[in-house]
Amino acid sequence: MDIFLQQLLNALSLGGTYALLALGLAVVFSIIGLINFAHGELMTVTGYAVCFALIWGLPFPLAVIAGLAVAMTAAFLMERVAFRPVRGASGTTLLLTSFAVSAILRVLFQNLISARPIPVAIPASLSGVVTIGPLHLGMIQLISIIVTLAMLLGLNLFLHRTMAGRAMRAAAEDFAVLRLMGLRANSVVATAFAISGLLAGVAGVLWVAQRGSVDPLMGALPVLKAFIAAIIGGLGSLSGAVAGGFLLGFIEVILQAYLPESLLPYRDAFAILLVIAVLLFRPQGLLARKTLVKL
Amino acid sequence: MTMPDDSLLSIEGLTVSYGAVEAVRGIDLTVRRGEIVTLLGANGAGKSSTLNALVGLAPRKAKRMVFAGTDLTGLPPETIVRRGMTLVPEGRRVFSSLTVEENLMLGGAKHAARGNPAQVKADMLERFPILAERLHQKAGSLSGGEQQMLAIGRALMSSPDLLLLDEPSLGLAPQVVDRIFDLIGNLRDRGLTILLVEQNVAQSLEIADRGYVLANGRVELQGSAEALRSSPEIQDAYLGA
Repeated sequence: MDIFLQQLLNALSLGGTYALLALGLAVVFSIIGLINFAHGELMTVTGYAVCFALIWGLPFPLAVIAGLAVAMTAAFLMERVAFRPVRGASGTTLLLTSFAVSAILRVLFQNLISARPIPVAIPASLSGVVTIGPLHLGMIQLISIIVTLAMLLGLNLFLHRTMAGRAMRAAAEDFAVLRLMGLRANSVVATAFAISGLLAGVAGVLWVAQRGSVDPLMGALPVLKAFIAAIIGGLGSLSGAVAGGFLLGFIEVILQAYLPESLLPYRDAFAILLVIAVLLFRPQGLLARKTLVKL
Repeated sequence: MTMPDDSLLSIEGLTVSYGAVEAVRGIDLTVRRGEIVTLLGANGAGKSSTLNALVGLAPRKAKRMVFAGTDLTGLPPETIVRRGMTLVPEGRRVFSSLTVEENLMLGGAKHAARGNPAQVKADMLERFPILAERLHQKAGSLSGGEQQMLAIGRALMSSPDLLLLDEPSLGLAPQVVDRIFDLIGNLRDRGLTILLVEQNVAQSLEIADRGYVLANGRVELQGSAEALRSSPEIQDAYLGA
């Protein structure tokens, strides 16, 4: 039972990161129909920002804030430079544009920074282990669970208590009519990107804190997982993205814990198999667009 | 004829094309302050396209397109709405997962920076008591008639000078249709100018001052509501006399 609880906490921690990333994808998708595959590069850029801020001697909390600021700015610029010119174009065009942005950023990271992983000096206080009763939980995992929950709560409050948040929920439902309210389309989209940047930034910090290094391809795998999570949840549904993220994290952790050792290399294959099973029964995803933007 | 000065909206040679399809093929249209003008015509005649083009939601070209002294050419919908012309779209299109209150708040978003949105909202709820009762319900849970009230109330929150209404009676029960038409009359009496697209020709011509009949994207007939009511074309095609 304790082992199960232990795994559950691991799943919450991993799933939480997937949920934040999937949420970032869903926020943008729900408004402009773009699946932003360059979302992972926002994580990577956060990692580099934290890394260099620490090298320049900033204390860790300030380095984290710098990382988040860079992530939001990068997301904002991505929209302004790459996605605004193709807004309203077909899904294929949007998708290819996001692949291009992703590829260009990776090449820039490789050539301007380094193709190799750069170590990030995570404070030793974060690598400790917290013991709660019979459970042993990494400090970073604990922080990651708390931060994820705080982000979800914060985003929920933002979406329901502020005009900008209400505008985003309305935009996800009917963008044209939102413009008839006299709200600038560009500011609503820019807000969506800034939020998705913040979510990617938080996920990026958590990811780097667990791995202790950053490399040009760091964001690729988690964002692919987040994409799968968003699909499981029902693309464009924010609550779905969160549910999908936690479910995928749970599936991966449970498989990791209970698969026989000889099958462990196929863990991801089994995870994808379970995802396919979910989609066979719920092709629209677990929480399709009807329940959109309820968290 | 009135002086051209009191025209609130003046359009010449408006065309709307979706790719190769021309939905509106060069129409002239004038709406004067305080009038209800109605656009009539069969399905696909170009009525909705005209309204959407006026607020900048449909691709449009025009020789001249002036609203309250502002050239509308190239302006995006949000700017046009801020200048005082707004549209209640066909099918109501309330934000169904948002509450009634949130829908109204968004409608008044243009005032958030200045003015007093609370006052406008209080005013609105006095005008639509039914919405006051449903303030915290999801807009999607309202009946069709209530949703139409909300859609109109939401548009009024931006305190427009010119209100474009696209098929406000569509799909509503006859008593509800009567209430919507009463409301439109009331709004005009309070000084609002209205451009109304309707399939309900008889009732539209009853409250309208003037009308245009569109067919295949062109103005086929225009005149005072009275003249249109008695014209043989309208009698034959729409009023079934």
